[in-house]
Amino acid sequence: MQWETVIGLEIHCQLNTQTKIFSGAATAYGAEPNTQACEVSLALPGVLPVLNKEVVRKAVMFGLAIHADIAEHSVFERKNYFYPDLPKAYQISQLEKPIVEHGQLDIMLDDGTPKTIGITRAHLEEDAGKSLHDDFDGMTGIDLNRAGTPLIEIVSEPDLRSAREAVAYMRKIHAIVQYLDISDGNMQEGSFRCDANVSVRPKGETKLGTRTELKNINSFRFVERAINYEVERQIEVLESGGRVVQETRLYDADDDSTRSMRSKEEANDYRYFPDPDLLPVVLDASLLAELQANMPELPEQKQQRFLEVYGLSVDDAQQLTATRAMAEFFEQVLAQQSLPAKLVANWVLGEFSAALNQNAIEVADSPVNAERLATLLLRISDNTLSSKSAKQVFQALWNGTQSVDQIIAEQGLEQMSDTGELETIIQQVVAANPQQVAQYRAGKDKVFGFFVGQVMKATKGKANPQQVNQILKQKLS
Amino acid sequence: MHKLTLAQQAKALAAKQISSEELTRHYIDRIEAHDGQLNSFITVLAEQAIEQAKQADADRHQTSVLKGIPIALKDLFCSDGTATTCGSKMLDNFVAPYDATVVKKLKQAGVVTLGKTNMDEFAMGSSSESSFYGAVKNPWDTSRVPGGSSGGSAVAVAARLASASLGTDTGGSIRQPAALCGITGLKPTYGRVSRYGMIAYASSLDQGGPMAVTAEDCAYLLQTMAGHDDKDSTSVDLPVPDYVADLEQTVKGMRIGMPKEFFEQGLDSEIAAHIQHACEVLTSLGCEIKPISLPNAELAIAAYYVIAPAEASSNLSRYDGARYGYRCQNPRDLEDMYSRSRSEAFGEEVKRRIMIGTYALSAGYYDAYYIKAQKIRRLISQDYSQAFAEVDAVLSPTAPTTAFKINEKSDDPVTMYLSDIFTIGVNLAGLPGLSVPIGLQSGLPVGMQLVSNYFKEDVILRLAHQYQQQTSHHLQIPASFE
Repeated sequence: MQWETVIGLEIHCQLNTQTKIFSGAATAYGAEPNTQACEVSLALPGVLPVLNKEVVRKAVMFGLAIHADIAEHSVFERKNYFYPDLPKAYQISQLEKPIVEHGQLDIMLDDGTPKTIGITRAHLEEDAGKSLHDDFDGMTGIDLNRAGTPLIEIVSEPDLRSAREAVAYMRKIHAIVQYLDISDGNMQEGSFRCDANVSVRPKGETKLGTRTELKNINSFRFVERAINYEVERQIEVLESGGRVVQETRLYDADDDSTRSMRSKEEANDYRYFPDPDLLPVVLDASLLAELQANMPELPEQKQQRFLEVYGLSVDDAQQLTATRAMAEFFEQVLAQQSLPAKLVANWVLGEFSAALNQNAIEVADSPVNAERLATLLLRISDNTLSSKSAKQVFQALWNGTQSVDQIIAEQGLEQMSDTGELETIIQQVVAANPQQVAQYRAGKDKVFGFFVGQVMKATKGKANPQQVNQILKQKLS
Repeated sequence: MHKLTLAQQAKALAAKQISSEELTRHYIDRIEAHDGQLNSFITVLAEQAIEQAKQADADRHQTSVLKGIPIALKDLFCSDGTATTCGSKMLDNFVAPYDATVVKKLKQAGVVTLGKTNMDEFAMGSSSESSFYGAVKNPWDTSRVPGGSSGGSAVAVAARLASASLGTDTGGSIRQPAALCGITGLKPTYGRVSRYGMIAYASSLDQGGPMAVTAEDCAYLLQTMAGHDDKDSTSVDLPVPDYVADLEQTVKGMRIGMPKEFFEQGLDSEIAAHIQHACEVLTSLGCEIKPISLPNAELAIAAYYVIAPAEASSNLSRYDGARYGYRCQNPRDLEDMYSRSRSEAFGEEVKRRIMIGTYALSAGYYDAYYIKAQKIRRLISQDYSQAFAEVDAVLSPTAPTTAFKINEKSDDPVTMYLSDIFTIGVNLAGLPGLSVPIGLQSGLPVGMQLVSNYFKEDVILRLAHQYQQQTSHHLQIPASFE
């Protein structure tokens, strides 16, 4: 039987405010346990939450970016359940009246066609703390530094049809929150993570199959693998005559599988009700207008601008704008020197991106900054360097602190571009190989390569290949 | 000294006729002498109070009417470095590491804190019998309850063990014990006084307020307590009027409504007679008394006993044994820690309300109970709004009976709940209400409730003050505590 996969994602994205959503405690990552837990974070008797207005601005910006309805009036509710990392035993969240509803965004499918994914809602809520299971002699430690960090939970419609689509969607959301500067999007630190609702159904069927929820997946790679594993598992269950149980499953990256956490029967009744300690969030029309007027450029707009202003190919423009950091780096390089945009795009997406990937680091942490890369590219465009030597210089830049010109001088990589000198060498090569000259003149074009090789050998690779071609053709004709 | 009102003491302090240290030591001696039979204090802060009093005497040149006045705090106001128990075993070991906003304001005004008063556990009750620290006794008859939940605060004032006290009122918990103990107690408009640092029972109903001998004393305290607080989103950012100056304004021409629903059936005839006399006094002052209707009043108790427990079930979930408060011995696992800590440390009434509230919020029941109760709440608010289109204040008895016997109603929660029949609607609507003593019935105090429109505390304070200028019920002290 042909099966169709149906996926919806719930993305939890930490907002990058200085202080928590309902208190003045700091949100910085990696502090000593419980050093960023004020009396509100600890849920001491008598404390009250006060909304950090910055989170509303950030949520509204997100809503505008996905063309959603922004609620003039949204309500915080309490989601009640007991857990040691949830100090009040309820999470303040939004249920009936979220701040953002009915949005959408376009993703690009593998075949290059766009697809619109519906976004049901995006609501504000607080993050929980962390349980620490090591080093406490069989006891569990609680770190409440993260408790109360602002989150926006972004819930998609079940519009995604494959793990690849899910990843494309997640990457797009990740790009948007970074373009908007509402989140650092750091997945290692848990600032951006997702749950996936996965089901399968026979192709052509319109009713949804029973779904499972895959919890807390914190990398793009794991999302794809977890979903693929889960889809296969569900198909296997159904094809062997079984039925999928509605449950929460945990993805285990170590053995690339999912396992059951709890079934729906054991699920909590969260007893949501409006939080009486907080007033409804009433959105001021002037705030909305202000945010609307000051929206930063989003991936699609930037892509369009790259096409129009720099004359890049669709593919290059798309890749460069996939993350805000990469797009900004590209423009920073261009701003340093007068360079052909295509050359910069090739290098940023080629050598530079490859080096980042190889070292698993972000643009911001690159040892080659925009200024150094621009100097290198300038030496290519002014014919000082061949592209082969340029790669050599790039490696030296990546690994050291020397300037581009120091490296060129030290390693003697400067291209021979003096026509007179080159002509003499070529003349010598032609004179030394009469047999090959005869072959070439008899119509054996392939011999041309032999001459180029000889010239390069004689110049230790420093000759400008274009000039070599030009002069050789003259001498051989 | 203890026979003076707070206002009189303040004048004597300002004139240096008495010192705060003298006054404070006097009250501490009285607490030592009398509280053994009343049980109105959970914690007496003798040393700290004397320190604060000396401090107040030392900066006497600073102007603050309340400087050096010794008061008592209901034991749910967090005060930095002080045990704050909420009358519960759950918080028996809890020392608050911060000051509630009202406590901070009073400290800044130079008020002396004598101690923390006894109360129904987590403010759930109308008799102050459900405290982990034992029942509070009514000074007018120690075999009777003082009302609740702010029973300790009411008794401390009635027996003159403190110049005044702070209570909280969720369904009548300031006004009903004020009535049963013969003192004056004010529940301000919801949002008038910050709730920050006041341990929550039902967040949408809780409001802190003053309990004192006179309306004037309440006005002095409210003046300092009221105002917007950045730490409480539900506190309202409106200017605080000069309540004290306003007391002397005339009440002539004020229209006072008597809800017919409260007088129709079953009202104790002697209480009705006391109300009649009080009305005559008000009429003689130029007030106009007229009948009004609050058609949904009878639904108030039912709505309250859904909304308050629902909020409480969530508010009290933080007492889980994990971070502070009571934790059971040797828990087997997490589940065991939660369930035994909570079963062992919460009392019966608290558990009952947590169960009711949890049920009311559960999937499948939420609409039938919680949503329905909220609708009734709106109807009750509308009733009052309509009333205030016609009158300046609404008058009724504060409680349907005088103080009842200890243990008389403790096995019958529903009868107990009916003690708050006149007060609960005021919390649901979020209005200010005040109870003022209007006489004794068989030696037990009777209280009259005055309710005004939102943020019109000045109206009921003025009415009560003018009434108290004509009468002396509020100055009566129970014989054994004179």
